[in-house]
Amino acid sequence: MIIEIGHYALILALATALVISVVPVIGARRLDRAMMDVASVGSVTMFALVAFSFAVLTYAHVVSDFSVETVWENSHSLVPLLFKVSGVWGNHEGSMMLWLLILALFSALVAAFGRNLPDTLRANVLAVQAWISVAFILFILLTSNPFMRLDPAPAEGKDLNPVLQDVGLAIHPPLLYLGYVGFSVCFSFAIAALLEGRIDAAWARWVRPWALAAWTFLTLGIAMGSYWAYYELGWGGWWFWDPVENASFMPWLAGTALLHSALVMEKREALKIWTVLLAILTFSLSLMGTFLVRSGVLTSVHAFASDPSRGIFILCILLVFIGGALALFAFRAPLLSAGGLFAPISREGALVLNNLILTVACGTVLTGTLYPLLLETITGDKISVGPPFFNLTFGSLMIPLLIVVPFGPLLAWKRGDLLGAMQRLYVVAGISLVGALAVYYAHHGGPVLAIFGLAAGLYLVFGAIADLWYRAGLGKVAASVAWKRLAGLPRSAFGTALAHAGLGVAVLGIVAVTTFETEHVVKMKPGQTVDAGGYSVRFDGMQPATGPNYSEERGHFIISRGGVAVADVWSSKRVYTARQMPTTEAGIVTFGLSQLYMSLGDPTNDGGIVVRIWWKPFILCIWGGAVIMAIGGFVSLSDRRLRVGAPSRRAKPARPALEPAE
Amino acid sequence: MIRRLLVVLAVVFSTAPAFAVNPDEVLADPGLEARARAISAQLRCMVCQNQSIDDSNAELAKDLRLLVRERIVDGDTDAQVMNYIVSRYGEFVLLKPRVNARTILLWAAPLLLAGFASGVLVAVARGTSNRTVVALSDEENAELERLLASKFDGDQSRADAPPLS
Repeated sequence: MIIEIGHYALILALATALVISVVPVIGARRLDRAMMDVASVGSVTMFALVAFSFAVLTYAHVVSDFSVETVWENSHSLVPLLFKVSGVWGNHEGSMMLWLLILALFSALVAAFGRNLPDTLRANVLAVQAWISVAFILFILLTSNPFMRLDPAPAEGKDLNPVLQDVGLAIHPPLLYLGYVGFSVCFSFAIAALLEGRIDAAWARWVRPWALAAWTFLTLGIAMGSYWAYYELGWGGWWFWDPVENASFMPWLAGTALLHSALVMEKREALKIWTVLLAILTFSLSLMGTFLVRSGVLTSVHAFASDPSRGIFILCILLVFIGGALALFAFRAPLLSAGGLFAPISREGALVLNNLILTVACGTVLTGTLYPLLLETITGDKISVGPPFFNLTFGSLMIPLLIVVPFGPLLAWKRGDLLGAMQRLYVVAGISLVGALAVYYAHHGGPVLAIFGLAAGLYLVFGAIADLWYRAGLGKVAASVAWKRLAGLPRSAFGTALAHAGLGVAVLGIVAVTTFETEHVVKMKPGQTVDAGGYSVRFDGMQPATGPNYSEERGHFIISRGGVAVADVWSSKRVYTARQMPTTEAGIVTFGLSQLYMSLGDPTNDGGIVVRIWWKPFILCIWGGAVIMAIGGFVSLSDRRLRVGAPSRRAKPARPALEPAE
Repeated sequence: MIRRLLVVLAVVFSTAPAFAVNPDEVLADPGLEARARAISAQLRCMVCQNQSIDDSNAELAKDLRLLVRERIVDGDTDAQVMNYIVSRYGEFVLLKPRVNARTILLWAAPLLLAGFASGVLVAVARGTSNRTVVALSDEENAELERLLASKFDGDQSRADAPPLS
């Protein structure tokens, strides 16, 4: 019964979404307060309904109600509670529900925090959010209903996919979706602005916190996914240029560009049209990513097996939203007035360059991801586009971007002093090169290119510090004055510095791992020792063990340095009982920022076992850098300017200013 | 009730714990082995979804790895090995497609995109520079100087300071 009530709540949510899709838009046209207010009340109501529906689904998973088809497919009575809950979204139907829940949450947040928005803008934004909700609820109800019953109910479930039985599943999809879906708010703001035919710096101020929040969550979500793949898949890679990864990476690239162009718009009223277009493109990429993964057209290592009937539905949603938004843009963008002027060498100029490179990089990833598909459709030829292609093209595009990053904050708005910025960065570049040489020397060689990669990473970190240094006037004025100035800098300045430094840290990690990593593939018998990364790894033998829903063979390794044991670690091969599915659990030991990674292979005839041991120097910098970037995002989000400084158009009497655009 | 297709999250790699190169495959000469690894990383495992043969532990991937090593030991250059594999398995096996008439758009994409974007940028910049900016008159300049001198101490960092609110 409770299941049917959850199902019914979802249908009620659809009805609510339909009302919010229409009534507030008409209200905004007629300047009818009551009709516009439907948007806020409706959005909160819809969130409550969707949340209830989601809670029912979660309940069904927690109590292992196998009469519900998705629960039967993806759960088992012996699965630990954490995985029963995270298993809710570990499948197609449930993950669409999570998507919808977060979409409804963002709508409700806009309704709650949007009190300082003009009535018409808020009504239109929430209506556009509701259009998206309608499409998603229809998609769920018609093609992916998670509340389908089975009769008779099976006694036991088919178990959650063992690879997904990990904390990663509890954290990664919610973070990722908070990012994906967060950009829907920017999209809705863009569409609403186009509908109203008016846009100004205030618009950018309202949009920026949402873009910043979405970007921060997406950064964390991608990093978490990467780390999860790294420790779960057992072959030590952390980025595969897989279509699904690309699908999450493209909105990140476009979102990063959006964040920067919205900054220009907020401060200088320039790049208005471009910012609106980027807001549309970023969410379009999120939508495309969400759906491409499910449509079955892309081959991927973690594709959802799919139902062809969904394909058409998906295509329609993409066409309506992306096509519709771009058509609206083409018609209405010329109405938007151009903004402030600036010289090519200025902070605006640097940010335009940032946008140029990021969008080209995003376009390159998009081309690489879709090209095999298009070529096969048109000519029937099958080709592959894999990591070697992306590393080459994307890598080359990132080099100029990394060089430009520290210049941005050092240049003044409107008209900057390139020579001055260069003089300040000379020192930074020098220190970075020396630092890189030192690291290179300490690691006894490796490819010479590593020096430049390391120098680039250090240059970003020191460049970010230099920005704060010069702003505070350290070294120029008395220390106490400089300290006061540093403390007085807006939070957003620290946010920028942290995000840029985080990028540098990630670059350091990537370069160090790709160039200094060592790998040993060996047959080991108990008692044997292998040296890796300055540590010796002794294999102590295998022993069987059982977990709640799996049995495993665990290999015990003792790590020592200079004859002293420093750690012991287990690496195992598991078989999950319900699905009889084998997985590997890598044994990982962390030393500072570096890791030793051990993965078990097949047993050999003579009583040994194949072991793969990697030494991954500074690998934690990759994800640590992403976390620093996200912290930068949160710090910037806490800037009071975003909360209290937003100009209030509503202070003026609403009527005269709100003429309909058509 | 409609019987729908059973839809399962199929994580293809998970059906086989990933484990690629085995010790018995490794060539004795480290130089040759390094070449074999580099080539393997460029070749797609045909029965997997998106893995190179270097990462995959499928039987077919192992056969290909051994084949690559055989050719290397026989004295083939890297290019010859690649050509041989492509002649047997087709272009699909290459993770980095070769530049030819069908892939030229793929390879040119970054340049085309960058060129297009720069073109738009230049066009927009020209368009905005047509919006004439009237220079300040001498009196206005003098007034500006006077105001600046009286209000600020010439400290540059002012421009970056938060607005007093």
